[in-house]
Amino acid sequence: MTAVPTSWFLLLSAILFVIGAGGVLLRRNVLIMLMSVEMMMNAVNLTFIALSRHLSSLTGQIFVFMVMAVAAVEVAVGLAILIELNRLRATTDVDDVSSLKG
Amino acid sequence: MAQQLQQGLFLALAGVAVVAALGVIFNRNAVHSALSLLANFVALAMLYVLLNAQFIAIVQVAVYAGAIVVLFLFVVMLLGAGGEMQMGGWLNWRTAFIVAAALVLLTLTGTAVFEGTINGAIGTATPEQIAQVGQTEAVGTALFTDYLLPFELASVLLLVGMLGAVVLGQRWRGAIAGRPSGEAE
Repeated sequence: MTAVPTSWFLLLSAILFVIGAGGVLLRRNVLIMLMSVEMMMNAVNLTFIALSRHLSSLTGQIFVFMVMAVAAVEVAVGLAILIELNRLRATTDVDDVSSLKG
Repeated sequence: MAQQLQQGLFLALAGVAVVAALGVIFNRNAVHSALSLLANFVALAMLYVLLNAQFIAIVQVAVYAGAIVVLFLFVVMLLGAGGEMQMGGWLNWRTAFIVAAALVLLTLTGTAVFEGTINGAIGTATPEQIAQVGQTEAVGTALFTDYLLPFELASVLLLVGMLGAVVLGQRWRGAIAGRPSGEAE
């Protein structure tokens, strides 16, 4: 039997995911929201790795690899959009970017 | 003895990860938030080592702590957003609703973790099996045999993302249809 139970890791992952989700909803700064999304992805990665050990399978680790690639692309494009937004509106607050609201 | 050591290590790292995660969302200074994010990523990398996933732990440090946090810090400095931000009032209905929703989500997932059972086929990648060939080789073999197509697709995705970031970051000369130019105004 393994030293640290899988459920501990799953619970920690749930806590981190909820903190990240709360950050996305609470904060209005796009930078902090992107960071919170990264934390949520990391929480899911922890679940993948914990279950990968639990089931003695490498598939979870491969999935984490793919999630990392997606996260890197997301951050690169998201920050590029943020810089462009800052050029147009001089703000990083999502509440100031509501021109599509009608 | 080894079990108590590992459990103590888990609790310490989990504490660091949770405190750093709270630091990300409650810091007023964006630079401090990015540094808290770094602490969160490093704590998670150590947890991966605890889970026998040393290769992923190294990749985590290289990609998240090395590239993504640096990118965040770079943008924070570029935008001059490092100063104090005003947070608005904390005690309002919106905040209360979000905290309540977060607690409900946590209760649901916690119940699922402790009441549910994990069913699934047990694979062949036991710790002893992996120790025979080495962690990196085991992951690499899986990546280049069973998961070759997703691996190649990920490289295409990275290329597209890189091109997209370069195009978005360009300073356009003159107005393009439907797009106000920064210099003309």
